[in-house]
This record gives sequence, structure tokens and C-alpha cells, in this order.
Amino acid sequence: MASKPRIKVPKSASAGEVITIKTLISHEMESGQRKDKDGNPIPRQIINKFTCTFDEQVVFECDLDPAISANPYFEFNAKVPASGTFKFTWLDDDGSVYEAEAPIEVK
Amino acid sequence: MQLTRRHVLGLTAGAAAFAVAGVQITPAFASAEDAEKLIMDFTGGATAAEGKISLTAPEIAENGNTVPVSVNVDSAMEGDDLVESVIILADGNPNPAVATFHFTEMSGEALATTRMRLAKTQNVIAVAKMKDGSFFMDKKQVKVTIGGCGG
Amino acid sequence: MKRLLVAGVMVASVFAGSGPVLAEPVDDTLEIDGMPIITRTKAPEGHPFDEVLSGWLFREAETRDVERETIENPGMIAVEDGETMWNTVEGTEGKSCASCHNDAAETMKGVGARFPKWDADSKKPINIELQINKCRTEQMGAEALAFNKGGQQELTAYIKHQSLGMPVELDLTEGDMQSWWEKGKDVYYTRTGQLNLACASCHETAMGKFIRADHLSQGQVNGFPTYRLKSGLTSLHQRFRGCIRDTRAEQPKAFSDDLMALETYVTWRGTGLSVETPSVRQ
Repeated sequence: MASKPRIKVPKSASAGEVITIKTLISHEMESGQRKDKDGNPIPRQIINKFTCTFDEQVVFECDLDPAISANPYFEFNAKVPASGTFKFTWLDDDGSVYEAEAPIEVK
Repeated sequence: MQLTRRHVLGLTAGAAAFAVAGVQITPAFASAEDAEKLIMDFTGGATAAEGKISLTAPEIAENGNTVPVSVNVDSAMEGDDLVESVIILADGNPNPAVATFHFTEMSGEALATTRMRLAKTQNVIAVAKMKDGSFFMDKKQVKVTIGGCGG
Repeated sequence: MKRLLVAGVMVASVFAGSGPVLAEPVDDTLEIDGMPIITRTKAPEGHPFDEVLSGWLFREAETRDVERETIENPGMIAVEDGETMWNTVEGTEGKSCASCHNDAAETMKGVGARFPKWDADSKKPINIELQINKCRTEQMGAEALAFNKGGQQELTAYIKHQSLGMPVELDLTEGDMQSWWEKGKDVYYTRTGQLNLACASCHETAMGKFIRADHLSQGQVNGFPTYRLKSGLTSLHQRFRGCIRDTRAEQPKAFSDDLMALETYVTWRGTGLSVETPSVRQ
């Protein structure tokens, strides 16, 4: 079952405020270090890149290695200059792209 | 502390438990050199100074599969006082690379948390690359315990 | 940072103590997204302990913290998968769970705090997993889910999560629940396996002590299905079977009479604790 990424972004902020964003996504993060029951190596399949942008500008990125735990979790900060939309993308080794977005309103 | 450790091992203190959970740490890990090489690649050979960056990880991890790790770098995140990236390494894992965080002025603060896998008790290392070309490093040892119950 | 310091003090006291190693469960309170969770309460009459304690109190600060906000809890991924399943039509009758039960937030609220219940049809206690199968076979015209397969854990976690924060309370007056409680008590105190351990050996007699690096809890089940840092979402009968395997005994089958009796009895031992599903454990 492929579930939607979970994200937590405040609904509103004051201009220039630094907010905290939390994200959690369902993924095995198969490290490539394990073997199956017959002793054959299980090929690596991980999310290798996470990006958060705000109105096309990069806020935070992470290159992930196989040592990141299953169901990758990120917590980071972002400066909110104006009302806009945060976009999140996770890139899978198999080429899949998982996406989510959250608007924020500056009051 | 070393003397009382055996009490902690409790009901089934096996030789393996001592080897893994004991206070004494094997001095050289197979991948400690690899970790050193990755740091050198990251800094381009420059020496990383102490200070500015702080790495937070548990002293004792309840399970090596999911160990929280945070970095926080003291920076205005504006102009030249900007953290460009932070590399996180675990020098006792089969492959020491854990993650690389990239920050921008839009980050507001150079602060990030994730969760990592640690194969055994080892050092976790974070190195920050500043826009002005300087590097800062912090290191924490995380003890990875072996549970009593496979369950 | 304060939590880290508290944990440091706790760990130091564990390691520095001489003599028998006993670490008190931590003095901490849990709120999940601001909802108060009962992790410590007066035990019901006839209980071997004065106080029932959630396993949450026996975990390290970092593990406890993961449960405080649902966004940080990887078990919530399973809960969302369970929600998808709740709304998915299956079987010959063209029904989903929602076709009959509508919004789980209303109709399933409290259910997770009251199961297992007496099932007059089978004349046995029934748990959420078996109730799902009963609905599937009798109402939906769908096949029963095999143990831990087909989203059984996820749907169970979703249903139990609707009772988050509500205190566990079984009705032992229904049907023969009392005699199943007695039978479960027998299972709990019977030593089995090459290691000759009963449930009570670790979770009652040695509660609070360390088995190697594991801090032994009361073995409460109020947070199942639970998210284990070790292995992800874990169902109650999977955990029962794991514990029994570790005593080097033959494992009873999931949902067998022995394990249904044990679920009834052990759930009662956690009377008054909040449902924590999906809890986070080591």
C-alpha cells in the first residue's frame, strides 16, 4: 500500500517568521546490505533525495544514504517571506517521485 | 561504571552481550578510515574546527534501527554567515555516509533532524560547510544496545 | 534538552547503582497532539500491582518523544493505510467497512477500548482482527484476512486509533468472559519453554529490571498494534508469539483459544490505561 506522505506545516505565520516543518513518508529504505532467505543480496532501493521548496526557491534539501531509517522523517526550519506554497519531493532509486504540498498564509 | 555494567546485563549476561554492550570500545572500526576520507572529500582537505555546530544524538540508542539525530549550526543564515551543507557520518556502519543536509537563506536556521540506522556502538560525526569556506565538526558516541527480547 | 537531561540522569542512576538492578519507570506525562494519555493509574481490584503502568514509561526519552506528536509517529502511516482500507469496497456485496459503519471517527470511537468482547455466535471472546473477519465474511462477502496479512494490522490500528486516549475497560460479565479471563490467567502464570518462563516471570516478578539492555515493563497491551523501532508495525498476537518463542516454547497459533484467553486477561491487566494505538516501542 502506498500511502501519502505526511507533512506538518503551520497554516499561517507572520512575515519573515521562521517556522518548523515535519515530514514523514512510508518507505522500506532497503539498504542493499540485507540478504533474502536464499542468501541472495536484496538490491538497494531507497529514497535518495528530499527537497522542500517555497514558491520555486529551495528551502532545504537532503541527500539520503542507506543508513537513513525506514519511513524517512525530517524536521527542519523555513523562513516565510510571504503567503505561498511549500512543495515537497522525494526521489526514489527506481525513478519514482513522491510529491506533497502545503500552502501557508502570511497575516 | 565498568564494574556495575555486569549487573545491568541482568538475566542473561552472555559473552556476546559483553562484547557488544560493554563500555570498552574497539579502537579501530573497519570504516573509520572511510569516514575520514568522506570528511576530506567534503572539506576538500581543509581541517574542520570545533564549535558552531552541535550534533544531538542519544547517548544510548534503544534500537539501532531508528536513532534520532539532529544538527544545529550557529549562523545568521544571511550573506556570508551562511551554512551551505552539513554531512552526517557514522564511522562504524558498513558504509559511513548517513545523509547530507543542504541549507539556504530560506532555511532561516541551520537546524535539521532525521532518523538513522547504526549497526553497532560507534561515533556519529557532523561536519558543516560554511559559505566563507570554513568547516566545523562535532562528534558523539552512540551506544547501541542489544535487547533481551527478540519478540 | 530538558528531556535529554532527565534521560541522562535516569540512565546514570541505572548504570551507577550497585546490587540488583531496578530502574523505576520514568516520571513523565504523555500528551499526544495535546490529548492527555493515561500512562499510570490505580489498578483494578484483584490486580497483582497497585498501579498499572504503560510501557511508554519504561522507554528512553527519545523513544517516548516519538509518540508525543502523530506527525513524528511512523505507526501513523499504517493508520492512514487502514483508513484507505476502511473505505475500500471488497467482496461480492459491494461494500466497504464505511458502507455500514460510516465515519469511523464516530462509529469506532470507544471500540478499541472495549475489545475483546463476548461473541455469542462463536461462544468465544472476539478481538478487533476477528471482528473484521466476521464482517468481511458475513456482511461483505469477502474472504477472511489471514493473520497479519492483507492489511489486517493496518485496519486494526486504524480502528483502535479512533479510541486514542480512552481508558481500557472490559466487560467481563458478558457471556463466559469471566471463565476466559480465568483461562488467560492460567496461561499468564504457566511457565513454558526450555527457559521455563511464564509471562509473569518477566512482566510481574522482574518488572522494572533489565534483561540484558531491555527495561522490562508490565507488558501492557494498550498500544497495540504498536510501532516497534526494531521491526515496524507489530500486532498483539505477533508479540505474544515472539515472547513465547523467546522462552523457547512451541508457539500457539495466532487467535488460538490460548492466545484469545491471554489477550482477554492481559487487556484487563491494563484496565484504566489509555488506548495508545499506535504506540512506539523499542
